[in-house]
Amino acid sequence: MSTPGRAAMTALDLAGEVRSGRRTAVAALEDCLAAIAADDPEVHAFNHVMVDEARAAASSVDRKVMAGDDAGPLGGVPVALKDNLCTRGVPTTCSSRILDGWLPPYDATVVTSLRAAGAVLIGKTNLDEFAMGSSTENSAFGPSRNPLDLSRVPGGSSGGSAAAVAAGFAPLALGSDTGGSIRQPAALCGVVGVKPTYGLVSRFGLIAFASSLDQIGPLATTVADAALLLDVIAGHDPLDSTCLSGQLPAARAKLDGGVDGIRVGVVTELATAEGIAPDVSARLREAAEALANAGAKVDEVSVPAAVYGLSAYYVIAPAEASSNLARYDGVRYGLRVPAEDIGSMYGATRAAGFGAEVKRRIMLGTYALSAGYYDAYYGQAQRVRTLIIRDFESAYESYDVLLGPTAPTTAFRLGAKTADPLAMYLSDVCTIASNLAGHPAMSVPFGTGDDGLPVGVQVLAPALGETVMFQVAAAVEAVAPPRTPPKQGIEAR
Amino acid sequence: MRAVPGRISPADVAHVATLARLDLTDAELETFVEQLGVVLDHIADIAALEVAGVPPTAHPLPLRNVLRDDIPRPSLNREEVLAQAPDTEDHRFRVPRIMGEAP
Amino acid sequence: MSPQSTEWETVIGLEVHCELRTETKLFCGCRNAFGDEPNTNICPICLGLPGSLPVLNRTAVEYAMRIGTALHCQVKPSIFHRKNYFYPDMPKDYQITQYDEPINVDGWLEPPGGSRVGILRAHLEEDTGKTTHVGGGGRIHEATHSLVDYNRAGVPLVEIVSHPDLRSAEASRAYVDELRAILVATGASDGKMEEGSLRVDANVSVRPSGSSDLGTRCEIKNMNSLRSLGRAIEFEAARQIELLEQGGRVVQETRHWNEADGRTHSMRSKEEAFDYRYFPEPDLVPVAPSAEWVEAVRAALGLLPAERRARVASAAGLAPDADAVVTVVRLDLDSLVMAAAGVGADVGLAVKRLANEVAAEMDGAHHLDPDAFCQLVLLEGRGELTTAQARTVLKHLLDHGGDPRAIANELGFEAMASDELGGAIDEVIGAHPDEWKRFVAGEDKLQGLFIGKVKAATHGKADLKAVAALLQERRKG
Repeated sequence: MSTPGRAAMTALDLAGEVRSGRRTAVAALEDCLAAIAADDPEVHAFNHVMVDEARAAASSVDRKVMAGDDAGPLGGVPVALKDNLCTRGVPTTCSSRILDGWLPPYDATVVTSLRAAGAVLIGKTNLDEFAMGSSTENSAFGPSRNPLDLSRVPGGSSGGSAAAVAAGFAPLALGSDTGGSIRQPAALCGVVGVKPTYGLVSRFGLIAFASSLDQIGPLATTVADAALLLDVIAGHDPLDSTCLSGQLPAARAKLDGGVDGIRVGVVTELATAEGIAPDVSARLREAAEALANAGAKVDEVSVPAAVYGLSAYYVIAPAEASSNLARYDGVRYGLRVPAEDIGSMYGATRAAGFGAEVKRRIMLGTYALSAGYYDAYYGQAQRVRTLIIRDFESAYESYDVLLGPTAPTTAFRLGAKTADPLAMYLSDVCTIASNLAGHPAMSVPFGTGDDGLPVGVQVLAPALGETVMFQVAAAVEAVAPPRTPPKQGIEAR
Repeated sequence: MRAVPGRISPADVAHVATLARLDLTDAELETFVEQLGVVLDHIADIAALEVAGVPPTAHPLPLRNVLRDDIPRPSLNREEVLAQAPDTEDHRFRVPRIMGEAP
Repeated sequence: MSPQSTEWETVIGLEVHCELRTETKLFCGCRNAFGDEPNTNICPICLGLPGSLPVLNRTAVEYAMRIGTALHCQVKPSIFHRKNYFYPDMPKDYQITQYDEPINVDGWLEPPGGSRVGILRAHLEEDTGKTTHVGGGGRIHEATHSLVDYNRAGVPLVEIVSHPDLRSAEASRAYVDELRAILVATGASDGKMEEGSLRVDANVSVRPSGSSDLGTRCEIKNMNSLRSLGRAIEFEAARQIELLEQGGRVVQETRHWNEADGRTHSMRSKEEAFDYRYFPEPDLVPVAPSAEWVEAVRAALGLLPAERRARVASAAGLAPDADAVVTVVRLDLDSLVMAAAGVGADVGLAVKRLANEVAAEMDGAHHLDPDAFCQLVLLEGRGELTTAQARTVLKHLLDHGGDPRAIANELGFEAMASDELGGAIDEVIGAHPDEWKRFVAGEDKLQGLFIGKVKAATHGKADLKAVAALLQERRKG
């Protein structure tokens, strides 16, 4: 197993080292801070590094360990947080001018869970503004760059989190995934990225993009690390009405289970979708073969509705977003452009505060909901959603997990797709269906493309199927070819 | 159900921008007409799908009756909240003249 | 100037917003309290801060079900919708409300003495914050700026929408009056229009009498009392009729009632019509009360005003819409009626005293102990106190409380036992034998003489009606 970037140690190992006293949390943190100081000026993974808070948290962990107390499952492990997660008293911007300088008066529930688990929160990572995008080029504060090739995008919208992990700035990160925003950057940066079952992780404190699609999830260098982080943040939260309760799956339960007898379906429509590059297809085929060799029952399966997802998504997500982003009006917090009357203030504030992609989606969504168009667009899209769910459920009658590409190509160059919004939207084709269905899916690095850049393979599972999903993902990881990082990355220097 | 128009007119875009309280420059208006048109063309294919009789899915998972007890929880510190406000007066959020009544 | 000329009919539908008496807001744990310091009952949720999510208050659902049940609605599974529009008192710039799947549908209400009014729906929604306009005398168009307090944002409301079944200002007032009484009876509301916990908007249109088409309606807002409601409806109907009679057209719009000048005013701003872009609220899940819960709410509902009136009417032998019955129930004095019935007192008399003397002095009503009241009614009913004496004792009870017998004694109103009275009468008869012979023989006008003598002999304590009755008895025998 190869790990990209400079993370010397996995989170699991680091937690073990800290717990046993062989390494201090403070020392581990300083390594990360040094890496950030050296390389983040170019990578721009972070909007804000929480230097003082992190040092205080690390010291606190070390004191606990010395006192013989339990430092928590993530004790001493630095974790980066996508900058759409509310952190009390720490700037939370969604990479937007409209929230520049805003200090939330409360923590997101996942942040509370991380603190309780002993994690050292190291900083807020860059994203496409309000999580709308697939490259992190829509950030109001400048793009992040792919650590493996600084002329290329890290993917998006959780590009900063993926870059942070790939660059060794932190072993773990949290991102959010609405249409692929964790999985696609994970694939492009050569790390593991997970979108959990909708409702498994509380959304309280996640600044909303599309409420019925958004989920918070882990990014890490290994499947086991991602499982460790997911198990910490998953669970019922009384502050989120759409959050599940009762018996919830443990991601780590069967990591060493292997794939003997597991039924794996390679989704035809995803494997052959428009725009999937030949090298990506090849890696997918190889992954499928490797799993078959490891004992899995691998076959092709048709999930026709999977490709309708793009159109349905580009109605539902902007519609919900247009409503979720109405609150940014200059009245209570954030940017205000002064004006004589409130209508002018609204218009000027939102014009100045939002970037072009956000405006585009707000307008698309407003249009789709507006008088006379609701049935044709939003109503129709919600029906398509039902078809997607039915097709997946049908597939899961015969298969335990499904397989597909994560992203259609390897990381593209900065600026390559910014002129054409539609081209950017098409890069979500393989990931969107899982958000619409509410099912879990994760990306695992599997070799490289012809250009030497990472390729990710996507494992999909039914709702609450995290255990088998991680089981298969671990197997994919175990049989993945080693990867030699390309020269344009930060390690070459 | 009105038929999906496909192309969107400048008047439509201007109207939508007003609904969304977004001031657009003339250049932006033109660009958005073009870009939104392209996207709408692309998503028009779902209008053609045979989905009569298929119920809509508002929520991926079938939760019902998520309720909380009527018990007070601590409120926020007023000063902390007002400190984040662009303009305040008299412990309240201050806004410029409102031109009409609420609907 | 009555709009109900032979030519025109006024058609009115009412929308009543009722604040629920929950401890906390609809979607968060902030206190639901009136009059607190501005912006002290706020949290990320009711302030709509980025990342916040709503969670529905169980008691608010219970209260909504009580209201629906009391209004004879069907309680149904329901969902929430977002109603999107921009206004500074709306923290999220959308309101979470119910749209085409509300919790209560298809009910009715019948005010006493009036006809049944259909109720289309009664649904849950969150209230907005409060805006104060500064400069220009507080009027929105002359203000320089406005200030917003979000204490009220997120307070639970039930909106009750009637069918356009009302035909007059008076009927509208009666509807709201009865609705308020019902809402208070459910325990879900305190019914205080003056504090804004009950708000009424009226949809008013006119049409030629006999027509079954609806005319163009205007929505009238800002009526803060029943009196305003009545005046506003009358003004608006007259305004529309005059407009139509002059060949004009009624424009569908929202108009504000101005109490000071007694007119409605168009509030059309220069902005276009609102397109609310309703869609199902993705942060909430459907509410489907179990049959058990629905039944439990129904079973626990106390007596509603109509039932209380029926009970009083039956006990007193009066019509349920008789003024005295309506008054007694409206003033919450009916428990005293039922107490009187319980001790075998004259219920009609009890109702009379409550509807007249007690109603006139409601400030003292809390001094009135049920046992004391019953005692008093019994005393008056038996003739031990005259009507005038009873009224005086009652006033004392209202002013200071106490025991009726003790008060009567203090005032020198000794209750005369009937044998004592008989004795006094016999004495007087004995002292006036000639007059008695003539009275027995048929000289009725002598009754006054005997009554006067008995009154003097008993120092005014005798109940004159009882004396007259006894004289008649003796006369026959």
